[in-house]
Amino acid sequence: MKKSKFSLLNILEQYSVPIMFIIICAICIPLSGFSPNYLISEIVTRIGRNTFLILSLLIPIMAGMGLNFGMTLGAMAGEIGLILVADWQIWGIPGIILAMIISIPISILLGYICGRILNMAKGREMVTSYIISYFINGLYQLVVLYMMGSIIPIKHASIKLPRNYGIRNTVSLLNMRQHIDNFLSISIFGIKIPILTFLIIFLLCLFILWFKKTKLGQDMRAVGQDMEVARDAGIKVERTRIIAIIMSTIFAGFGMVLYLQNMGNLSTYSSHSQIGMFCIAALLVGGASVNKASIGNVFLGVILFHLMFIVAPQAGTKITGDSMIGEYFRVFISYGVITVALIMYETKKRNLKKKQGIALSLAQKEEETNNA
Amino acid sequence: MKNIPLLEIKNVKKSFFGNQVLQDINLSLHKGEIMGLVGENGAGKSTLMKILFGMGMIKETGGYEGEILLNGNKIQFQSPFDAIKAGVGMVHQEFSLIPGFSVIENILLNREPVNKNVFSEIFGERLNTLNYKKMTSKAQNAIDLLDIDLDSHMTINEMPVGHKQFTEIARELSKDNLKLLILDEPTAVLTEKESVALLSSIKKMSELGIAIIFITHRLQEILDVCDKVVVMRDGYIVSNVNAKDTNIEEITKSMIGRNIEVEKKVLNTLSTKNNIMQIKNLWVDMPGEVVRDITLDIKEGEILGIGGLAGQGKLGIPNGIMGLYEAGGEVIFDGNSIPLNNPRKFLDSQIAFVSEDRREVGLLLDESLEWNIAFNAMQIQNKFLKTYFGGLIKCRDEKAIKDISKYYINELQIKCISPSQKAKELSGGNQQKVCLAKSFALQPRFLFVSEPTRGIDVGAKSLVLQALKRFNKENNVTIVMISSELEELRHTCDRIAIVTDGKISGILDSASSSEEFGFLMIGKTK
Repeated sequence: MKKSKFSLLNILEQYSVPIMFIIICAICIPLSGFSPNYLISEIVTRIGRNTFLILSLLIPIMAGMGLNFGMTLGAMAGEIGLILVADWQIWGIPGIILAMIISIPISILLGYICGRILNMAKGREMVTSYIISYFINGLYQLVVLYMMGSIIPIKHASIKLPRNYGIRNTVSLLNMRQHIDNFLSISIFGIKIPILTFLIIFLLCLFILWFKKTKLGQDMRAVGQDMEVARDAGIKVERTRIIAIIMSTIFAGFGMVLYLQNMGNLSTYSSHSQIGMFCIAALLVGGASVNKASIGNVFLGVILFHLMFIVAPQAGTKITGDSMIGEYFRVFISYGVITVALIMYETKKRNLKKKQGIALSLAQKEEETNNA
Repeated sequence: MKNIPLLEIKNVKKSFFGNQVLQDINLSLHKGEIMGLVGENGAGKSTLMKILFGMGMIKETGGYEGEILLNGNKIQFQSPFDAIKAGVGMVHQEFSLIPGFSVIENILLNREPVNKNVFSEIFGERLNTLNYKKMTSKAQNAIDLLDIDLDSHMTINEMPVGHKQFTEIARELSKDNLKLLILDEPTAVLTEKESVALLSSIKKMSELGIAIIFITHRLQEILDVCDKVVVMRDGYIVSNVNAKDTNIEEITKSMIGRNIEVEKKVLNTLSTKNNIMQIKNLWVDMPGEVVRDITLDIKEGEILGIGGLAGQGKLGIPNGIMGLYEAGGEVIFDGNSIPLNNPRKFLDSQIAFVSEDRREVGLLLDESLEWNIAFNAMQIQNKFLKTYFGGLIKCRDEKAIKDISKYYINELQIKCISPSQKAKELSGGNQQKVCLAKSFALQPRFLFVSEPTRGIDVGAKSLVLQALKRFNKENNVTIVMISSELEELRHTCDRIAIVTDGKISGILDSASSSEEFGFLMIGKTK
């Protein structure tokens, strides 16, 4: 049997989501009327802000656990780290590093809980992790709204609610705002390049590539493809899956700290709520699927998704004269992307089966004509 | 050293819930010996092998009596991992390979050679990096031992079945301390050429001092490679002789232990009847049972057998036509062409299918017996339903369901406590009967029966076959029966088509000699 050749149609099908987004962006960019310089500098900022978070999704995909909606857990851990650091008034890069360190044990605990639960819901990881993120959000609110200030000492009135316990709606991180981004940053044609942030992202990429070659990485790939076979070979399936989720959660925590130091303030009760959704949408826009994602998908996804985010509202306003339409449009699109990508994943699986059958019949016809 | 056998099995007995499946098994095997183990389905072969390999189900069902010695030491494996540690390897009938991994990665799964690094010193050895060079050379060594042509960088899902089988064997060989290798029907999925290659590599392995237990249904293979032949029947070892001193007839006799009565049946005069189904250039993409190009006419009222070796595509035919796997070509039923890949269309045309996969496709395991019997008829033909308000509301007609279940329980002698017993609690043979009852309840004009006797005991077998014959005769239903057991086909069918390499290699009368069938099966013409 011959392998089917790469045809234009195949490529179109494989990259249909990214292509769709390239088309949307190509239409919206001229409509929005933004200068290329502005667009590029916005994109560079957003690459620095979001990439680390999205990279944290790769490891669970490798372990066959799908898109980890539970990365929100890591985001919460990162936020708790930042709140504490803000209260202790440790600012700048040391504060950022300390926040990351504080997030680690919280991420491990939450990741372990999440991993244990996902092990009970094998094959339905995505829905389960999505719901877990709501459940843990409740716990997060309990801690931040009631325990901080009453049980966990919080000194500074600037972040505490007037009733003396609970954290305010927003915590200002002005004193660490873009400290990592500005450190070592250079400017090319007026576009600020945050070298240190990019370096950190680059290191994480290197780590992921290296990790795939480790024993643990190999085990995760094996578990991801066939749990039963991996178990028969003596791989501890459950443990491996839990480790995958814990790693993802820790990285998501780091990513959230990086994200918020760029934003410069923390909306205590809502920063994390959309982050999982947007990261997953970006990854899918980059051409990833539920069971396959690469670092390339991450970068392509960040660029396309956020380009759309920047230009769509403006383009919407230009067309309709109503700025609300544009806002509506981008929320609509991001949820739509996830839905479409999930449906396409299923149809692709089905089409692949069909194609194999047709390839087989073609090969037979060839064989027959050769014999004749 | 040669005096102590590598493996000694003494007085091993095993029963499942009072049902004695192994009785006084005594065996010994020396280093480098090849033992052929044969026996009908249910003779106890696989139970014995499960004991040897320490499978969990043996312990769960109360362990076994007697003792097993390996190298003179008594062993009592708690799990397959203990067995592997002690140097026992087993290649199962089902593949256990990671589809997206290469041959190398699969051979060394979870036993990869690794390099240490800074991170692994801190975080533990799972962060060691894999040593691909060593992996490649180790895997290649194992492949070379087998002396076969296997591309070690190919991923499993791109391979033909035979190569998957070789990968499994190479994996066992790559284990350094392998002393005893159990091969459970390794040639069943291989083409003839691959089988020959496998047999020669088995010989090579035995020269290396590895003892081999070789389970197969192909007796000629046993005579070709084995040093001794052990025949099991009904849980006993009935014969244990040197391969040199026996022949196929003798083995067959002791395997079956009774004379097969070949009833001369009156062949229907088929030529006068019209074709009820015409299959034209059918292809089916069923993994492991690929159908390439089948053209076949089926006459009304006949029982057509489809035989052939495993993996040649005979199972693909009904599965493809009934829409369980992607298929193409043309099927004309009763003068109308029916679109493929659409199970409903076929079911609506009163074509029914009894799947070879009872547990997955055939039965609703967690539902009651009566539900199972009535389910399809209810879903497809609106039988056993009471309608109210002009069909707006439909309810199950419990009484009709009870009646029909009782009828078939009697008719097919289904052994059960009550009709509301759950399907999964029944034995394999009775489950098969429920599958038959289910399709009979559809009152089809045309019935595909796939491997109706697989994994069921002799008594149930003859009942099932008789039921099929009676159903054919009394209701004038055309039956196409697919089976790996030629004898069974010859007893039941009017004509038998043999499938080889996804194509019909010939159609014979059931009265034709075994020799003729044999030639067709291996794809040779006289």
